[in-house]
Amino acid sequence: MTETTPPDTLTIDPVLDLTRAALAAGREPVATPASEGPPEISGGPTGGAASVEARDASAWFGDRLVLEGVDLLMPAGEVTALIGPSGCGKSTFLRLLNRMHELVPSASLGGEVLLDGEDIYRPGIRAQEVRLRVGMVFQKPNPFPALSIRDNVLAGLKLARLKCRDHDGLVEWALRRASLWNEVRDRLDAPGGALSGGQQQRLCIARALAVQPNVLLMDEPCSALDPTSTRRVEDTIAELRHQVTVVIVTHNMQQAHRVSDRCAFFLAQENQPGYVVEQGATTKMFDAPDDQRTLDYVQGRFG
Amino acid sequence: MAVTDQAPPTPAPAPGPVPAHALTRPAEPRTPPPRVKRRPSELTRADLFTAGASAISALAGTWVVFARLTDGVGWFGFVVVAYLVFLVTFALVTTDRLGRLAGTDRVATVAVTSGALVLMVPLLWLVGYVVVKGLPALRLSFFTNDLSGIGATAKSTDGGGSHAIVGTLQQVGLALVFTVPLALACAVFLNETRSRFRRPVRIFVDAMSGLPSVVAGLFVFAVLIIPHADKQVLGWEVFGYNGLMASLALAMVMVPTVTRTVDVVLRLVPDGLRESGLALGASRAKVVWSVVLPTARSGITTAVVLGIARAVGETAPLLFTAFGLDLMNANPFDGPQDSLPLFVYKNVQKPAQASIDRGFAGALVLMVLVLVLFTIARIVGRDRSANARPSTVARLAGRIRSSRRRATDRSPSADRPLPTVRQEASRP
Repeated sequence: MTETTPPDTLTIDPVLDLTRAALAAGREPVATPASEGPPEISGGPTGGAASVEARDASAWFGDRLVLEGVDLLMPAGEVTALIGPSGCGKSTFLRLLNRMHELVPSASLGGEVLLDGEDIYRPGIRAQEVRLRVGMVFQKPNPFPALSIRDNVLAGLKLARLKCRDHDGLVEWALRRASLWNEVRDRLDAPGGALSGGQQQRLCIARALAVQPNVLLMDEPCSALDPTSTRRVEDTIAELRHQVTVVIVTHNMQQAHRVSDRCAFFLAQENQPGYVVEQGATTKMFDAPDDQRTLDYVQGRFG
Repeated sequence: MAVTDQAPPTPAPAPGPVPAHALTRPAEPRTPPPRVKRRPSELTRADLFTAGASAISALAGTWVVFARLTDGVGWFGFVVVAYLVFLVTFALVTTDRLGRLAGTDRVATVAVTSGALVLMVPLLWLVGYVVVKGLPALRLSFFTNDLSGIGATAKSTDGGGSHAIVGTLQQVGLALVFTVPLALACAVFLNETRSRFRRPVRIFVDAMSGLPSVVAGLFVFAVLIIPHADKQVLGWEVFGYNGLMASLALAMVMVPTVTRTVDVVLRLVPDGLRESGLALGASRAKVVWSVVLPTARSGITTAVVLGIARAVGETAPLLFTAFGLDLMNANPFDGPQDSLPLFVYKNVQKPAQASIDRGFAGALVLMVLVLVLFTIARIVGRDRSANARPSTVARLAGRIRSSRRRATDRSPSADRPLPTVRQEASRP
């Protein structure tokens, strides 16, 4: 115990050291070389990353306007972070992008959302097609508790009735993408609920990736995670860049700075609808924003 | 470990101004394993003594008042008065010892505990009574014989209830075939759709669950049996008195019960799961089928068990649907059938003591049957997710196993690894 430790080594902060060791051990070689693509899925989305553009997007719950006139381009293969204080419509905006907004009985919307130039709200397009192309990861990890880890990853195939000949390959590919493979490779048949919170969230990311969507929406994916798991998720996002368009809502400024190429700052006055104050490249938004409120927010002076 | 930066720069402890820091002291010798577990107890010996002394003084005081000073009172009045005196004494003593707050707490604990014990009495009495009365007439032959050739003078161990057991199983089984799809569909409609008719349907289901079961039997009798009794399908009188008609009446009783329970269970499935299913591109129907129902599986099983429990003891709707028969009829689609509740009802009413005993044996078998069905359903519907509590069976198995291990551990040859309870429970 303590008495055996020579006093000159005591200057090392043991807590920091442990964290470093954990981070070093946790980082796993991110798997698939670019040449080794995912197993082929028939019936699923095609064409890699897609651009998403909102034009004058608005959203109501009942008669209450919660989001007003958002014009935002999320370019293909880039990571866009949506930042802003709580209650300013970031999550509502995110749910507009894959037609989850309309699941709320009283919800309605205005404007257009273009996925690769086509309006996802045009008549004749089904919400399921849109959601298949635009995947989503929620704030709270929610793996299907009745399913094993493997079946959780394959749930998207089963639910959307897609076909894939190489199930095992797809499971491994998706889990490697979500940097979870090394931790669960020996217990793929264990229930998904048996994993830790951070692992569950990465399992949800793997589940969303397994159908190979064009766009991945993430609604505060790290808010329930510890720093190590957060870092893994951020590594995953970095890996996904260029293959899928990522839109991430986050309250963590450092995280937005680290992971995103572009940023949009949402704001709402009390009892007023939210709107986009400013948008642009992340470096500009954090270093020299045009609007004083953006500067105040990213520097932590309010919000 | 975190040995602080306040440690002196030299290994030798500096004399004088440097305070002796607690962490730099040599570690105390620790207790060697095995470690002793302990739980801080809420109840001290003084508490138990107070309770016991209060009880004795209350009994003594009540006895003095009723047996010496007055003309006495019945045993029930004695118990009630003694209990009240005990409660007051205990409250006063504890308040004096520990203060008002703790006193109130202890008295509430005692009152609630004694309430629970009092509730156990009729239950144990009921079960014990049926066991004591039923066991003497229960032989293995009860499960193999029917009542053919059994007269009023036969011994109680002659004959049996096999025909009633077969009838009950067939009728409840058929009723389940009708009930489960209907109730599931109805509960899914109430929970997973946005129809305007959900409210009226829910009210209707609520009202139906209060339907007197005899009315269900009467309905089947009036609507199916009276007008169609003579019609034949495949040579069977499908609409006469038979097990099928009984199962329809039972299904009318079961559907509201099962629907209500499944409704509640489906409401417990987190919305996040539905949303993530939809976000993966699934249709609503697919989400219900592949996400919601599997997640609620254990609760749905419980609902079905409750439905069975409701139906298996019903007598009234069977009186004019199954009608009852003393002989084996294993075809539920043709001819009258017996069932265990009917068997009990008819036999207990007969004048011969042997028949009455046979009736009690039937009641005992009915209770055991319910217990067995409960156990089977519990095992089938066990929650297999990792966070679930291990089932009672698994826990008991684990406890037995670990006690056996403890026994074998003392012998040196016991190095065989044994599965733990948790693994047992999560095994698919």
